[in-house]
Amino acid sequence: MPKIIVEVMPKEVLLDPQGKAVANSLHRTGHKDITAVRIGKRIELHFDRPVTEADVAAAQKIGESFLSNAVIEDVVAVTVEDN
Amino acid sequence: MALFKKKTPFVPSGVDTTANAAATPQKEQPYALLGLKDDEYNRIREILGRRPSSSELAMYSVMWSEHCSYKSSKIYLRQFGEKVTEDMKKHLMVGMGENAGVVDIGEGWAVTFKVESHNHPSYIEPFQGAATGVGGIVRDILTMGARPIAVMDQLRFGAPENPDTARVVHGVVDGISFYGNCLGLPNIGGETVFDKVYQGNPLVNALSVGALRHEDLKLAKASNPGDLVILFGARTGADGIGGVSVLASETFDSTGPSRRPAVQVGDPFAEKVLIECCLELYAAQVVAGIQDLGGAGISCATSELASNGGAGMRVQLQHVLKRDESLTPEEILMSESQERMMGVVPKKHLKAFEAIVNKWEVEYSVIGEVINEDRLYINWGEEEIVNVPPRTVAHDGPVYERPVAYPAYQDALNANNVHVAANGNGLHRQNHNSSELAAQVVQIISSPNQADKGWITDQYDRYVGGNTALAQPDDSGMVRVSETTGLGIAIATDANGRFCQLDPYQGAKLALAEAYRNVAVSGASPMAVTNCLNFGSPENPEVMWQFKQATAGLADGCLELGIPVTGGNVSFYNQTGDVAIHPTPVVGVLGVIDDVARRIPSGWQDAGHNIYLLGVTKDELDGSVWSEVVHGHLGGRPPVVDLAFEKQLAEAIAAASEQGLLASAHDLSEAGLAQAVAECTLRFGMGARIWLNEICERDGVDRTAALFSESTGRVLVSVGREDDVKFVGLCEARGIPVLRIGVTDNSGELEIQELATWNLADLGAAHKGTLAELFG
Repeated sequence: MPKIIVEVMPKEVLLDPQGKAVANSLHRTGHKDITAVRIGKRIELHFDRPVTEADVAAAQKIGESFLSNAVIEDVVAVTVEDN
Repeated sequence: MALFKKKTPFVPSGVDTTANAAATPQKEQPYALLGLKDDEYNRIREILGRRPSSSELAMYSVMWSEHCSYKSSKIYLRQFGEKVTEDMKKHLMVGMGENAGVVDIGEGWAVTFKVESHNHPSYIEPFQGAATGVGGIVRDILTMGARPIAVMDQLRFGAPENPDTARVVHGVVDGISFYGNCLGLPNIGGETVFDKVYQGNPLVNALSVGALRHEDLKLAKASNPGDLVILFGARTGADGIGGVSVLASETFDSTGPSRRPAVQVGDPFAEKVLIECCLELYAAQVVAGIQDLGGAGISCATSELASNGGAGMRVQLQHVLKRDESLTPEEILMSESQERMMGVVPKKHLKAFEAIVNKWEVEYSVIGEVINEDRLYINWGEEEIVNVPPRTVAHDGPVYERPVAYPAYQDALNANNVHVAANGNGLHRQNHNSSELAAQVVQIISSPNQADKGWITDQYDRYVGGNTALAQPDDSGMVRVSETTGLGIAIATDANGRFCQLDPYQGAKLALAEAYRNVAVSGASPMAVTNCLNFGSPENPEVMWQFKQATAGLADGCLELGIPVTGGNVSFYNQTGDVAIHPTPVVGVLGVIDDVARRIPSGWQDAGHNIYLLGVTKDELDGSVWSEVVHGHLGGRPPVVDLAFEKQLAEAIAAASEQGLLASAHDLSEAGLAQAVAECTLRFGMGARIWLNEICERDGVDRTAALFSESTGRVLVSVGREDDVKFVGLCEARGIPVLRIGVTDNSGELEIQELATWNLADLGAAHKGTLAELFG
C-alpha cells in the first residue's frame, strides 16, 4: 500500500548536537573524510488506498504544522512511495 | 603568533571597514531596526568621531540594548550597592557587577549564585529556550571559578486552561529537565505559578549555584598585555542573531543568507565537557581571566574582558571557528551560540592550555591578544572592522532616568479590598457553614498554584550527585558543599506578582521575607540575596514606577535584614500586547548550614508531637490565594511585613534547631495555615488533629482568616512532647508568640476540629492530582 514520506531536518544554520556527536564518533573510528553529519527524521504516513495530489498537499501541511517545529526544523521533502 | 601576517595579496572582502566608515560619513545605517534611538546613534558617532562600521554598529546596538546595558534600571540597581553596612559586606568576596556574586561560607569554601531570565526565547521555542536558560546560568557560575552544584527554576505560565499554556509548560519543563539532567545537576526547587497575565509572556528564570575554594576565584578580566585571547568550546553558528540580519542583508545582496533564527539550540553534553575542561584549566592555573559567552556573544566577551581589565585587545575575527562559513563578521560578533567560553591565557601557558582542552576534545582557537592600549581592535583578515574604546561598549552605555508615574488604576485597586468588594458587601465568608468552608480548603489546595508540583519536579533529577539534603516540596533546596564536614547551603526563591501589583514596594519586601523565612525554617542562616526582576516595558511610566518601588523595597528590606544583594538580573518588556505582567521580582535568599545532617524537615514524621503556630494571624486576605481561587478577586493592600520580627523568628528557629527541639518546621505563606497544615501532613503521610478556636480567640480573627490569611512572620513547627517546656520557654524568652494548635497522630486522617475530617489518601489525591490532570 502507498505511503507518503515526510522528511524533516534541523534548520541548516542551527546546531545539531546529535549530528555533531555522530560525526565525532565517525572521526574517531577513522572516517575522516566525512566532514559533518546532520540527523533529521523520516515520517511515514500510510494509506490503504491510492494517494492523491490532495493527500500530498495535506501531508506537506501536516509536516510543516504538526510533524516539525518550524522554529528549528524544516520539512525538506514530501514524497510518495508505492509498494 | 602569526595572527596578522600577510599571506596573500590583499583583496577587499566587501565588509564595511573602519576606513570605509570614515570615508563615507553620510551612509545611511539601519540603527533604528537594531533598536538604537537617534541620540544613542549620535553618541556612538561622537565617541568614534565618525560613523560606526556595520560591525561596530552591531556591537554597540547589542551591548547598549536594555538586556545587556541595564540602561533603564541602572540608577535603581545602584542602591543595592549603597544601602549596605560594613557588616553586611563582611562575607562578600565578590559583589554586584561581576558574572555572579561570591559569598564566603567558611571552612575555606565560597559559593556563587545567580538567577537569570530566559523569558522571551522560552515563549518562541519553549524547549530550547528553557534548556539554554539553564545552560547560560550554569556558565555564569562556572566563569567565577566554581563547580556548579545545583539549579532551580522560577516559572510563570498563563492560565492553565488556555490551550497554549500546555505547549509552553511541556516545552519548558522538558527543556529544563533535558539540559539539567544531562549535565548531572540536581534541580532542587523553584516556583511554578499560573496566571493569565503571563499568557503571552511566560517567565522562565533559571538559578544556579556553584561552590569553590577561596583561592580558585576567577574574574572576567584581561589585564596583562601579551596574554592570548582564546575562544573555546562549541563552534560559532548563526544562533540567536535574528536582529542582526538587517546588517547581513546590507553587506550581502538580497539573495545572500536570509532570515536568521532568533533561537539557540543547546548541547548539554558539550557543556558538561566544557565544565570539566574549565575546572581542570583553573586547577592548572593556566587562565588569567575567563568569560562565558551568552547574550551578545563575542561582542560582550571581548569588550567586557578588556574593559574590566583596564586594557585593550586586538582580535582577528577570521580565526573564530565557525559552524557555518557563510557567517558575516557582524553575525559572528553577535552570535549567541551556546557552550562557548573565552579565556585569557598567558603565552607561557599556551602549551598547558592546549594539552588540557585537547584531552577533553574541546575545540579552540587563538583569536587575539591583550594589548597595552585602551582600544579594542577587531580585524577581518587584513581589514580593520572595529576600533573602539572597550569601556564605551561594555560599561559606559546610555543610562536613562525614565519617567515614572503613579498608576492611574492604583488607588481604585487598593481601595477595592476584600471588605468592600462585591458591591460593598465584602467577599463572602463561609465562617458559619463548616461544610462550605471545608470545601474551600480542598478547592484551594488542589488549585493549580497551590497543588503539589510533583508532576513538574519529578521530571527533574533532584538527587544526582548525592549531595541533595532538601528539595521540592520542602521550603528550600539544600545541598552539601563539603563532603567531609557536611557544610552546606540552602536556597529559596519567591515572588508574589499579585502582592506586587497591589504594592510593589511591599511586594518586593514580602518576597524577600518569604524567601528568608523559607531558608530559616530549613535550619540554615540566611546570608545573601540575588534577584531576577521581571517587569513590563520601562517606556511605560507606570511600569517604571513599579520598578522603582520594588527595587527600593528590596534594598530597604535587605538593609533591615542585614543581608546583601550579591547580583541579579533585570528583564523588561514582559507583556502581552500592551498589557504588562504583574511586577514579578523573584528574590532568592541563600543560607548556610554548618552540617546538612542538622536540617529541619518540612513535614510531620512522628505521632504524638505537638504542633505550634509561631507568630500572629491578622485578617490579611487582600491579594490572597483565597480571594483569587474562591472569589476571582484582586484588590486591597498586601499583608504587612515586619522584617525585624522575621529576623527574630529566624534566630529563634536557629536556636531551637541547635538545641534539637524541632521535629519539623514549615513556613506559612500563600493560602496560609490551611496550605501549611495540608503540606505538613501529606509530606510523610502523618495524621493530625488541629484546632482553630485558640487562634481565633487570641488574635481576634474569624475562621476564614485563621485558615487562609497570609499574614507574614508565621511558621508551623512540630515538637516532641519531651521538648515542650524547653521550646515554649525559648519562644517566650525571645518574644515569639507561640500557640499550640494541634497534635500529630497515626489516624491516617487530618482533622480540623469543628470543621472537617479528611482521609489523607483523599486529601493527597486532591493535592497531587491537579497538574497531572491538566498536563499529564
